Amino acid sequence: MILTEFKPIEEILERLKEEKVVFIMGCGGCPEGANTGGMEVLNDMKTKLEENGIKVSGVIEIDFLCQKALIRSRLKPRKQEIEAADSVLVFSCGLGVQASSAVIDKVCHPALNTITFGGITGMWQGTERCDTCGNCILDLTGGICPYTACPKKLENGPCAGQGNDMCETDPQRDCGWVLIYKSLKRLGQLDRLMQFIPPRDYRKILPSSELRKTRLWALDEEEAE
Amino acid sequence: MNTGKKYLSKLEKSLDEGKFAITCEIGPPKGADQEEIREAAEYLKGIADGINVTDLQSSVMRLGSLATCTLLKQWGYEPVFQMTTRDRNRLALQSDLISAYTMGIRNVLAITGDYTTVGDHPQAEPVYDLDSVQLLWTMKTLEEGKDLSGNDLTAAPKFFKGAVVNPGADTEAAYELQIIKMKKKIEQGAQFFQTQAIFDAEVFKRFMDRLEKEKIDVPVLAGVILLKSKGMANYMNKFVPGVFVPGPLIEKMDTTGDKVATCIEIASGLINEVKPYCSGTHIQALGWEKHIPAVFANIK
Ligand code: SF4
Ligand code: SF4
Repeated sequence: MILTEFKPIEEILERLKEEKVVFIMGCGGCPEGANTGGMEVLNDMKTKLEENGIKVSGVIEIDFLCQKALIRSRLKPRKQEIEAADSVLVFSCGLGVQASSAVIDKVCHPALNTITFGGITGMWQGTERCDTCGNCILDLTGGICPYTACPKKLENGPCAGQGNDMCETDPQRDCGWVLIYKSLKRLGQLDRLMQFIPPRDYRKILPSSELRKTRLWALDEEEAE
Repeated sequence: MNTGKKYLSKLEKSLDEGKFAITCEIGPPKGADQEEIREAAEYLKGIADGINVTDLQSSVMRLGSLATCTLLKQWGYEPVFQMTTRDRNRLALQSDLISAYTMGIRNVLAITGDYTTVGDHPQAEPVYDLDSVQLLWTMKTLEEGKDLSGNDLTAAPKFFKGAVVNPGADTEAAYELQIIKMKKKIEQGAQFFQTQAIFDAEVFKRFMDRLEKEKIDVPVLAGVILLKSKGMANYMNKFVPGVFVPGPLIEKMDTTGDKVATCIEIASGLINEVKPYCSGTHIQALGWEKHIPAVFANIK
């Protein structure tokens, strides 16, 4: 099971500060087990956003957000609610936010930080990759993870090594920053690239003692006994 | 002109006074021999406003940039300390910046650095704890007397901070990203730019026009590589992204009876062409430092 934890509400509000209407989406897979998902959590966030003057056009839980085809089909009947929103707030691991960004023409803000994969990488094997950095910044990078899409893990723009939009390290591999550029351009959000991203905090890749109390660890420890 | 302004380095002074600044790049040897560096530096005496020292260029293990800059400083030259973020984490980067300052080094050039796999230790861990924009931000933070964790420094260093940009990015996305990243670097304190090698003056002029439109007026030094042969040109076209040697230049190198003379002619010609549009030039001689005086003998 993938372990995630809530981003502080202040951080979420800061990221949403330019949005008036938000659509909330949750993954019914791992977050349910990690206590970071479920309708209760999603509705709770709805209330919090409304208290802060942000309208919520809709709330949905989808079984697995790491499955793009599933997201597409489940969102079809909810098209209007999504169109009414300025952005989408996603309760899932980094893979789910990436998959959501790939199929929705709106900025997808991560509501959670992905801490560890606990052995698996999503219920479906997609092309999305997350490095469990513990401080998800996918809404600043058009839903493309700079830590996995760029071998140098650059946070503030590309190196000058790409040729024909392919990566310096491998001509068969897309330059992650070109993908980020194209995605932000599609979303009309190129100005996000001007935001300075400070160096990541490597402590966040360590699961906190709080997370070590979740079901995954409990099961593991039980087995060991 | 004497404005009474205090400069951190000769390079800063030249650029501020509007002189056409010249920096030349040398690569430290693979080993502990100092003679090669001394020799290369001697050719640049009286010509270069600053000598860049590469930092394990192309990810090849060799004598370090910091030690080489220190030697140059002791010998009376003005070094430009190139620093990549590939091999050191933030502790080591900050420490080396402070070390550089205590050794009298003032010019620092922040770069990301080639990926580890292109070099001679492809098994090595790529570090990239910081990126080049964050490295500039780090320098700025140290200058404010703090480290990246907010602890006080006993004394703050001060740097003349440089960065790089590629005017020849080959696609719309890559080009726009270069401009965006250049702006970010300026916001985080970059005071001058050296460009990736150019061979086509038109490409460079277009780039400088764009900077003017963007109201970017930080000094830019046009990057020039001494083209030694047709083989080298073809190699760069094939393997060095962002660098494009036009056909007629390759032809010229192929048919010449005197490679050195033609190389000098091409480099001088290029510098003369771009000179009206920029603040200086940055030369990569790749071992041909001895021909640099001849290149500049022809500059108008
Ligand atoms: S930024 Fe990337 S590595 Fe970090 S949580 Fe998001 S997807 Fe995962
Ligand atoms: S070419 Fe692009 S993906 Fe590759 S290392 Fe450079 S910025 Fe990262």
